[in-house]
Amino acid sequence: MNAKQIDQKTLLQNERDPLTHTPVHLLSLDTVGKHYGNIVALRDVTMAVDNGRVTCVLGDNGAGKSTLIKIIAGLHQHDEGTLNIMGEERKFSSPRDALDAGIATVYQDLAVVPLMPIWRNFFLGSELTTGFGPFKRLDVQRMKDITKKELAEMGIDLRDVEQPIGQLSGGERQCVAIARAVYFGAKVLILDEPTAALGVKQSGVVLRYILQARDRGLGVVFITHNPHHAFPVGDRFLLLKRGKSIGYYEKKDITLEELTAQMAGGAELAELAHELESLGGHTETLHEVQAEAAAVQAESVHTR
Amino acid sequence: MASTATLPSHRAPVIDERIGRRSPLQSLLGRPEVGALVGAVVLFVFFSIVAPTFLQPSSFATVLYGSSTIGIMAVGVALLMIGGEFDLSTGVAVISSAITASLFSWYFSFNVWVGVGLALAVSLAIGFVNGWILARTKLPSFIVTLATFLMLTGLNLALTRLIGGSVSTPSIANLDGFASARAVFASAVTIAGIEVKITVFYWIAMVLLASWVLLRTRVGNWIFAAGGDANAARAVGVPVTKTKIGLFMAVGFCGWVLGMHNLFAFDAVQSGEGIGNEFLYIIAAVIGGCLLTGGYGSAIGGAIGAFIFGMANKGIIYAQWNPDWFKFFLGLMLLLATIVNLIVKRRAELK
Repeated sequence: MNAKQIDQKTLLQNERDPLTHTPVHLLSLDTVGKHYGNIVALRDVTMAVDNGRVTCVLGDNGAGKSTLIKIIAGLHQHDEGTLNIMGEERKFSSPRDALDAGIATVYQDLAVVPLMPIWRNFFLGSELTTGFGPFKRLDVQRMKDITKKELAEMGIDLRDVEQPIGQLSGGERQCVAIARAVYFGAKVLILDEPTAALGVKQSGVVLRYILQARDRGLGVVFITHNPHHAFPVGDRFLLLKRGKSIGYYEKKDITLEELTAQMAGGAELAELAHELESLGGHTETLHEVQAEAAAVQAESVHTR
Repeated sequence: MASTATLPSHRAPVIDERIGRRSPLQSLLGRPEVGALVGAVVLFVFFSIVAPTFLQPSSFATVLYGSSTIGIMAVGVALLMIGGEFDLSTGVAVISSAITASLFSWYFSFNVWVGVGLALAVSLAIGFVNGWILARTKLPSFIVTLATFLMLTGLNLALTRLIGGSVSTPSIANLDGFASARAVFASAVTIAGIEVKITVFYWIAMVLLASWVLLRTRVGNWIFAAGGDANAARAVGVPVTKTKIGLFMAVGFCGWVLGMHNLFAFDAVQSGEGIGNEFLYIIAAVIGGCLLTGGYGSAIGGAIGAFIFGMANKGIIYAQWNPDWFKFFLGLMLLLATIVNLIVKRRAELK
């Protein structure tokens, strides 16, 4: 198999990014770890994010994806390794800290306040004001205009920025949150499972906005458990399993099939094959799973 | 071919209609206070018919006064509910404020304005403590303020008896500054021969100020966000804890204004008063369209809710009915207004 892992050494010495040929990464993590009491949530994770690139973090439930983004977004602090922004070591104490460093996070479930109008959501926490002293007030018209314009630029055609954002579809809401992050000068955009709760068509819409954000020069961290969503838009892929990195690839070094196989894992597939066998009657599926398991096994032997 | 060529031009307006704009009437119906407004109009017409004296200007001034004593508190309570929290201690906190001013001035024989200033500090402190405990413990505000309610009830009675020696605070009418304080907090203004109590003007001013803050300032945006989805608000950098503590303190301020009125309208306070009033303030806010779950509502709505309350309260007397009916009437109004709110909101949002 030809899935070649990115040489961690090269990245860590800040020599040269194989993709952009810039010496310093926008955001980089070096052997970062985190534990809650005696439970190790994350261990030995190394990854990098660059301008105009999409770094995908893949993993099943409980793989440590949310712990990873919580560290980058400033909700939790890591206790091992280093987190660098533009080559400078940082440790965020609050989400505000991370925001100020140019890291914007779009959460799957809490991206917006549903009952508030779209334009108020767009500017929430960073409202534009006009006037001085006690007469300082919201610049409503300007905020509405900017919201409309920014969303139109992202290709979202909205009826009315005054309607509650809860009335939009899940995909549209994600897009408003992405547009908001882009407008407020985010350099790194973290997307936490933006497609998890969406249908096929809506997912496609969100993936398109991820590419739009990338084309605007943002470094995107795309967290997902779906390799079919990650592969078309990603430039690098970090695979997590049980809190550990099990692979870090460039797009040219890996295929969708290999990515899927790595995600599923040989042992799990073998187990599934065994279960199917004991149930009986699923001959065709059984053969498929067995073949898949064998392929994964062979590959992991090869890479070792 | 011809049909495919005409199809796009035929479909364009259909799509436009789907994303078409709402009529002004619909956006008016989408306002939080519309249910209360309908209720207020119905009630006004009803009492105008059954009680002819209701329409006399002097009666109307009395109705407004009754509304203002609920409305001043409803302003703060409505803001707090939009911010997603409750306060059950408001009723007795009003009396606590009045007792503080009265007992302190009386005991030390100070100018009453010193007591008034101290009462303001105490009222704000009660609000701050409520909000601070809430933020630190993350307990529901229902529990926290219920505890404050009980503690303040006990303190009001115990301290009044301990210091003043009776269930009612001693008279402060002879102290310095009493006349000027009464002029500020409990006087009446004569407009076209009608005596209008000064609280009515405070009420209107506070409603206008609260509306402006809510709709046109950053803090207002934060209040809606803190009540609508505190986690989302925090994630985009809204100081949720500070906002909520500030809201509790705003309620404290409203309580101080009303407490001072209660004190200076006479010259003493009954220490056992105020219990149960907290529900009247919450009812006014709910009738006015504030959601119990937070994130939705308006200051004007709370004012209309208070006005409904005032009309029902005095209207029953003008109609020469037995005032025993008042509570029943209030419950019915609450139920009807919230149902109307629900229906109107749902219908407006569907379109």
